[in-house]
Amino acid sequence: MFRKLGLAVALFALWLLLSGIYQPLLISFGIASSLLVAWIAHRMDVADHEGFPIHLGVKAVTYWPWLVWEIIKANIDVALIIIKPNLQITPTMFYSNASQKTEVGQVTYANSITLTPGTISVGVADGTVEVHALTTSSADEVIGGRMDKRVCQMEGDN
Amino acid sequence: MFLDVLSWILILSGGVFGVISAIGVLRMPDIYTRMHAASIADTIALGLMCGGMMLQAGWTIVTIKLILILVFIFFASPTTTHALAKAAIAGGIKPILHEDRRKKVSDKTSNKGKGEKS
Repeated sequence: MFRKLGLAVALFALWLLLSGIYQPLLISFGIASSLLVAWIAHRMDVADHEGFPIHLGVKAVTYWPWLVWEIIKANIDVALIIIKPNLQITPTMFYSNASQKTEVGQVTYANSITLTPGTISVGVADGTVEVHALTTSSADEVIGGRMDKRVCQMEGDN
Repeated sequence: MFLDVLSWILILSGGVFGVISAIGVLRMPDIYTRMHAASIADTIALGLMCGGMMLQAGWTIVTIKLILILVFIFFASPTTTHALAKAAIAGGIKPILHEDRRKKVSDKTSNKGKGEKS
């Protein structure tokens, strides 16, 4: 129940941010539509811990800036590889352990790998991610497990 | 004035990264390596450009919409990239590899992945 109310509140906040017109009639439409969507999500059974992972809360908020910093570093690496005249790429494919307990955690990990330039997750199954990396050093970076650990930390004890 | 300069720096460097990404897409040898180059465009180039535009817009509803664009692309782009890579593997396109470390992992993964390793 808490999760459904949270979904309705989040939807209404989004509506407020996007609307820009604050008259009683329109605001009541906004409330009605966000409640309707929350109810439909409840009926469809998609507002669960996967569809709306509100419980990650603060830990997810600290994860994002860390990930953005990793992405910036990886971007500069890949950009340098591209502009160097002799394309120094050493494409590698490998498996990496995804030691997260929940599926949300594993998806977060696989998506974080893909989002970082230089590594793409190609498949996920049974706690391993199949990764294609642009260089062996970016492959070593993923195998080192720093990101894996960080996602586990974000997942916490839920 | 200061904000204008900063926002121009952000937009221009975003543009530079976009051009580098395009060059990368042209230079890379196969589909998988090209996707690495393309992902520069939808992470840092997009982020820098949106950041610059946010500084131009100031504290308005436009900034909020730009943030939402960033968030949606942040979630959607890895999903599409993954779908593309998976489709390429399933379609039988073999990546050009310098090193294939997939065999080094124990036989935990050898009983599945039909069509992934041919």
